[in-house]
Amino acid sequence: MDFITPSTWADALAIRADRPDAVPLAGGTDVMVELNFHRRRPGVLLDLTRIGDLTTWAQDGELLRVGAGVSYTRLIEELGDRLPGLAMAARTVGSPQIRNRGTLGGNLGSASPAGDGHPPLLAADAQVELASVRGTRLVPIGEFFTGPKHSVLAPDELIAAVWVRPADGPEQFSKIGTRNAMVIAVSSFALALHPGRRAVGTGIGSAAPTPRRAAEAELFAAGQLPWDTLAALDPDVARRFGELVAASAAPIDDVRGTAAYRRHALAVLAQRTLTWAWRDLCG
Amino acid sequence: MRVTCTVNGTTRTADDVWPGESLLYVLRERLGLPGSKNACEQGECGSCTVYLDGTAVCACLVAAGQAAGRDVRTVEGLAPEGELDPVQRAFLQTGAVQCGFCTPGLIVSVHDLLARVPKPTDPQIREALAGNLCRCTGYEKIMDAVRLAASSAGTETR
Repeated sequence: MDFITPSTWADALAIRADRPDAVPLAGGTDVMVELNFHRRRPGVLLDLTRIGDLTTWAQDGELLRVGAGVSYTRLIEELGDRLPGLAMAARTVGSPQIRNRGTLGGNLGSASPAGDGHPPLLAADAQVELASVRGTRLVPIGEFFTGPKHSVLAPDELIAAVWVRPADGPEQFSKIGTRNAMVIAVSSFALALHPGRRAVGTGIGSAAPTPRRAAEAELFAAGQLPWDTLAALDPDVARRFGELVAASAAPIDDVRGTAAYRRHALAVLAQRTLTWAWRDLCG
Repeated sequence: MRVTCTVNGTTRTADDVWPGESLLYVLRERLGLPGSKNACEQGECGSCTVYLDGTAVCACLVAAGQAAGRDVRTVEGLAPEGELDPVQRAFLQTGAVQCGFCTPGLIVSVHDLLARVPKPTDPQIREALAGNLCRCTGYEKIMDAVRLAASSAGTETR
């Protein structure tokens, strides 16, 4: 095994192209576990923690470009106002030690159906910037995940950044687990209200082979919410929204929970987050 | 491979490091610093918590090569030789120690908390220690220790 530490992004991409057996390494919260438990023996560990560009974020026009190496702690502390849904999700990740190390890019790279960062990125219509020596491409987050722990990331590509519009309305995130810390989600749900264009964004976690949106629920809520009057949320609308979110999941039974429980939990999470977000909007 | 980093203020070098090796292994097995404990090796228990460039991390999840050239501070380096940090003293005074295995990681996590939040509320303490597992004490004595370390009685000894 080789340990390679490029200091520039160009060098990292060149190594990635040259060594298909390389495993990118950032915060180590997934990769190091696999190494410690003898589950993985890559030819190369490609350490991305010395590439300064990866750990920066900036506003670029109407969008934020968040470098793949930005940690959960920094998402909470530095972007909590602009990306509240993502910050809420980041706050539920692991423990302080994990949030200090784990990165948004690593979350995407692992592409777990349970990745906490994914639902809020889906709800916010984020795009993932992928780079290789061949060039750079932007992939809508809804097209990024292809299966459990699989994505469209090509063997010679690295995740450079996430592009996302700052919140233009209330955002919420909620997650079910056995305790408040150090849990992989049994299921999770993110919601974003876009009052300017009267749209609703959603993201379902840990209840399908990939993180996914609940498209039908989004259209239903966008059509039923009283955007003009900002009247109180009709409980029947909230309940139907929850049912549609649950119906768009495709959960399985596993060690963390049953499919039936996940569907039930999602319906509850969806109702709650819609209630909270609508209350936020109405002040 | 060879890894050189600053550990507790001193430049240290480890040779023959396997590229997939963790910082925790280097500290314990190559540099003779067994204070950081090896338990879960997956970032769940916090027993190996150390500072890496001033940030609290699980040493088991840091690749040795990622620590090269960086500043590492372990539980052994919180106080000068022969002395105790106020956090360590508070753990002793309140009896927040039973088998002792989780204690070094908790000490570093509390040290980090009090550096960021000198007067934490109970929920802040619980949140800060969410990644440190203790299977003996039920955490109540540990909560007492943090409150004492954060109080004037605890900080007077700094």
